[in-house]
Amino acid sequence: MISNPSMPPAASPASKPELDEDQLLHVSLGPQHPSTHGVFRMNVVLDGETVVSLKPVFGYLHRNHEKIAEGVTYLSSMPFTDRLDYICPLTNNWAYAQAVEKLAGIEVPERAEYIRIITAELTRLINHTAFVGFFLGDMGAWGSALMYAFREREKILDLFEDLTGARMMSNFMRFGGCRNDLPDGWAARARVLVDEFPRFLDELENLITGNEILIARTQNIGALPKETLINGGITGPMLRAAGVAYDIRKAEPYGIYDRFKFRIPLGTTGDCYDRLMIRFLELRESLAILRQALDQLPAGAYIHPKAKIRNFKPPVGEAYARIESPKGELGFHLISNGTANPFRYRIRPPSFINLTLLEDMCLGLDLADVVLILGSVDIVLGEVDR
Amino acid sequence: MTPDLPAILTRLHAALPTAAIAHLRNPSPSAQDSLLVAPESLVAVCQFLRNTADLDFDLLSNVTGVDWPEPAKADAVAVPPEGTTPLACGFLEVVYHLYSTSLRIGPLVLRTRTTDRAEQVHIPSVVAVYRSAEYQEREIFDLFGVRFTGHPDLRRILMWDEFLDHPMRKDYVAPDDYQYEPTPHDAVLEKAKKYYPTKAEI
Repeated sequence: MISNPSMPPAASPASKPELDEDQLLHVSLGPQHPSTHGVFRMNVVLDGETVVSLKPVFGYLHRNHEKIAEGVTYLSSMPFTDRLDYICPLTNNWAYAQAVEKLAGIEVPERAEYIRIITAELTRLINHTAFVGFFLGDMGAWGSALMYAFREREKILDLFEDLTGARMMSNFMRFGGCRNDLPDGWAARARVLVDEFPRFLDELENLITGNEILIARTQNIGALPKETLINGGITGPMLRAAGVAYDIRKAEPYGIYDRFKFRIPLGTTGDCYDRLMIRFLELRESLAILRQALDQLPAGAYIHPKAKIRNFKPPVGEAYARIESPKGELGFHLISNGTANPFRYRIRPPSFINLTLLEDMCLGLDLADVVLILGSVDIVLGEVDR
Repeated sequence: MTPDLPAILTRLHAALPTAAIAHLRNPSPSAQDSLLVAPESLVAVCQFLRNTADLDFDLLSNVTGVDWPEPAKADAVAVPPEGTTPLACGFLEVVYHLYSTSLRIGPLVLRTRTTDRAEQVHIPSVVAVYRSAEYQEREIFDLFGVRFTGHPDLRRILMWDEFLDHPMRKDYVAPDDYQYEPTPHDAVLEKAKKYYPTKAEI
């Protein structure tokens, strides 16, 4: 049980030592490079090498997705959700489909639930392996780790291409199920991939985790107390790396996650090293879920036979639904006034809200650590700026 | 697990006797009812929900703005208790989704409303209670124009600083300054005529 802080954490340390303004260096980091997580900018103030202030600047990729969604039907926004976190389109699809299903009270057949879990956990494999590659790139090991990760990612993308017709822009979920059934032999190929994946993970872990430079660069960097993290709205692997057992798949099981046996890996300190290792451990748990789901995959309908595709109008009301996306809590808040278009369509993006405490994590550290901490948050700008 | 709203409401009334709080019903199958809190009691309500050990709403997950030009539509989505006098003018609404990470309860939906959509658009900021609201309140200020009093750094976040309007308002009109299609037709052609000379003029 996590005790409540009696005082809320301050926005930034209250008593900063007096700094000579003439000696400070103002650096605009971005809107490119910081290892090209996207068009993101940080206005950093440095005292020598030490960060004394860091203000993120957002909006370079803003296209007001929420406003666009208010002008089109519910289903028309489905392909647009692919473009939020474009590493993980299938979990975005699922989060949105789930919110609409909650809003309209739509049932999902069992086979569709299995397909959703299989695709979501494969997406988690993609996200976390790519994370490891990018994170090593942030550290200066540019290329090798990422290429190993992308080699495996490509195998999963091949599966997605066969299933959805696209490597990344899947547009796969429908309200009440999925767009199409698994192609012939797909489940067997997925099973082969799942069986071969641990060998790759062992290889990657051997390459990385004992590395002296990695340990020196990541340990004791960017840690914050867990009360501060919860208060700052941090969710997903970032929060669990600090030792908070909060995973929506367990806390509020959606879909059929309550049928599977898996564990929630936890870190202890919540520094960048823990954030890296938590992803390795989560990958192994995802593989456990995948094995069970592929074994139990039932026959049946992949979409509810009464699911309405055309002229779909949910009843008046509102709904908030969330899933454990690979980056954290991805939620959709929808308000319907009974017409074919949503009255309000809100995305709760994990990448964006996980940046709330970026400054707190970076203060007092070196500039080089900022890039690493930003990498450890695991953001995708398509989702941050929407 | 969904929170027991009537019980929470009773406790809130007992702890904060002066706070105006009402239970709004949600007619949708999601059945996520909400509590309507008067802006002046919002921070006290949040503090109570966070600091009471057996409620322990420690995670403010989501903060959303909603623009309601017609109050009757808002009453259809979040149905007020019997005998409430309907509101006369449109308003801006801020919706909060709270969770308890330790007790695994949620979402507790709080909503609060401005007096109108033009001048009196002030809502107290909850950043001092929940840090997670910091950027989300900035986003609502940017896109809806709600002024959060007491926010440490209330600036635009997604639109650029010089931008004047609030694009998520229902009556927002997109500026007429975009690049037109090379071969305009229909409605776009009509608009394009304003900017480009016709053949006869050339």
